[in-house]
Amino acid sequence: KNKGLQVLKANSGFSSGGSTLLGYIGIDTIIEQMRKKTMKTGFDFNIMVVGPSGLGKSTLVNTLFKSQVSRKSAGWARDEKIPKTVEIKSVSHVIEEGGVKMKLTIVDTPGFGDQINNDNCWEPISKYINEQFEKFLKEEVNITRKKRIPDTRVHCCLYFIPPTGHCLRQLDVEFMRRLSHSVNIIPVIAKSDTMTIEERQEFKQRVRKELENNGIEFYPQKEFDDDMEDKSDNDKIRETMPFAVVGSDKEHQVNGKRVLGRKTAWGIIEVENPNHCEFAQLRDFLIRSHLQDLKEVTHNIHYETYRAKRLNDNGGLAGGEPLNGLSLKKQRLFFI
Amino acid sequence: MDAIMLQEKLVERLLCPRVRTARQKEKQYVGFATLPNQVHRKSVKKGFDFTLMVAGESGMGKSTLVNSLFLTDLYKDRKLLNAEERINQTVEIIKHTVDIEEKGVKLKLTIVDTPGFGDAVNNNECWKPITDYIDQQFEQYFRDESGLNRKNIQDNRVHCCLYFIPPFGHGLRPVDVEFMKALHEKVNIIPLIAKADCLTPNEIKKLKDRVREEIDKFGIKVYQFPECDSDEDEEFKQLDKELKECTPFAVIGSNTVVEARGQRVRGRLYPWGIVEVENQSHCDFVKLRNMLIRSHMHDLKDVTCDVHYENYRAQCIQEMTSKLAQDNRMESPIPILPLSTPDVDTEKLIKMKDEELKRMQEMLNKMQQQMHDKDQ
Repeated sequence: KNKGLQVLKANSGFSSGGSTLLGYIGIDTIIEQMRKKTMKTGFDFNIMVVGPSGLGKSTLVNTLFKSQVSRKSAGWARDEKIPKTVEIKSVSHVIEEGGVKMKLTIVDTPGFGDQINNDNCWEPISKYINEQFEKFLKEEVNITRKKRIPDTRVHCCLYFIPPTGHCLRQLDVEFMRRLSHSVNIIPVIAKSDTMTIEERQEFKQRVRKELENNGIEFYPQKEFDDDMEDKSDNDKIRETMPFAVVGSDKEHQVNGKRVLGRKTAWGIIEVENPNHCEFAQLRDFLIRSHLQDLKEVTHNIHYETYRAKRLNDNGGLAGGEPLNGLSLKKQRLFFI
Repeated sequence: MDAIMLQEKLVERLLCPRVRTARQKEKQYVGFATLPNQVHRKSVKKGFDFTLMVAGESGMGKSTLVNSLFLTDLYKDRKLLNAEERINQTVEIIKHTVDIEEKGVKLKLTIVDTPGFGDAVNNNECWKPITDYIDQQFEQYFRDESGLNRKNIQDNRVHCCLYFIPPFGHGLRPVDVEFMKALHEKVNIIPLIAKADCLTPNEIKKLKDRVREEIDKFGIKVYQFPECDSDEDEEFKQLDKELKECTPFAVIGSNTVVEARGQRVRGRLYPWGIVEVENQSHCDFVKLRNMLIRSHMHDLKDVTCDVHYENYRAQCIQEMTSKLAQDNRMESPIPILPLSTPDVDTEKLIKMKDEELKRMQEMLNKMQQQMHDKDQ
């Protein structure tokens, strides 16, 4: 779907009192032109994964994008030690599908939640996100601006909740509370093959309730729903979140087909089987329907919030631009 | 029981003067070979007690495993706290006691639970309440042992600590290492890999190897199975060897009964299959249960008494003697123990005992004086 562009349907001979279109103009071809241009330039997507080590973050990212895009190669890095403070490591790959090129950057946060004392372990992450906003802001207020500002802002943060089956931990609440206003947080329940379907439903309900009680708005945020259609779509998604996922980069034979899954002594867990886990839903949501929206919300809401705050604080930047009384209402911006 | 009765009859006949010829035949046989059976009978009458501690983050399946091991429902009325309620929670120590009887043998089982461990954002020294508790039990036993009335000493010492390692990590985490290092010289630690049904067999093997490696690397002394006697049969030795190579045990617990392969078993029902708790190819639950209850329960108690408690006692006495030497006080016949956590009840008890001691001492002195006078 393409929001914001109104397409006039040319109906020959139809008079509506406004414009009378006789014959076909071809305005609707602008979509095709945009498409061609997008395909040529390609686009960026930056996704951050946060969670204690061992929850399958790298495997999930590899499974989502069907390629070895994560920081680690498949299998455990035997000598890898837990870093003493949270580090930010980003890796970029260009992947292509159907003629469309995407520069995918995975930002990993090893060390999060792994220490005995995890106080303020979210600070390096918050700092990183703000630094990316700052970079973009500086480019934007430059006198001579680049045609296409490189976008390193974090579009989406997958937060991995350990499948304890009880409820959210303090650390989870603290992190999401502090960062839900600077980045789109998508909570996922990692390694969910440890819970039965019942346990999973109960756990999700409890988690949703706790998020609500703590005022944590995860993506898709209710306040940014454009219209009724959006709202009903997003409501359905919000009811199923957090998605309970299982990741795997190994293939097994099931019913004559080769599927991605995990083979245990009691059966094979199929990653893309909606009866087994919600990986397929997460993938469709993240990549096939809301990828562009994630970028737009990041640009129009989170970035603008940061920008407004910065400008208000500094009373203007090094370009001498006067303050413009920015409204924080969602604007419709195209960016190519 | 039949064997005991048989041997008792034998002893009877030996001591009975009526059957002389039989006695003369069995002159070589004295009869104390029945001692183990006598001990057995007495212990069965007295009953056993066992204190088991479970430690690990919440959500590791500790309560479920305890219920599965002892086929009880100890945690029926438990309320789970949500994240907000947990913010100010410190590590607590909660004891549940249950009496189990099986084939005439009574067991008083105490489970020591440690809710709150590892759940906070800052978990510095979150094991301190646990080490304090274990020390307190040792101290109480030490006092009782040194006291005058030793008939009914209650043994509340922790015999075994099951430590639950999350299966999600790549080995031991810093908090796991620190916890085990703080406790390995106070209690028998048995590390377990919790919720093992989220790992494939390959992953379990890798994780076990990794954990064993790290336990060696950090010098953690977990509970070691005693070596087999050389006169045990080959099958037993083989089983023992397998058991040792299987540690740490990867366990699964369940509170529900499911139908698998035509039978009703404890298990977990997933869309992709059924996990059976007691199926050895699914997890090591059976091995853990056999080891904990059926073969090594007594050894765990022995090691607690002979090693951990004795270490504590030696340390305590050493501290006291060095303190006394510093203070230059008169050595009292019964040691006065330094209080680590004074509370009102123990204070009263100590005062009572002190007074009792004084009276005894006075009486002794009087008697000595009397005797001395008499001699003179």
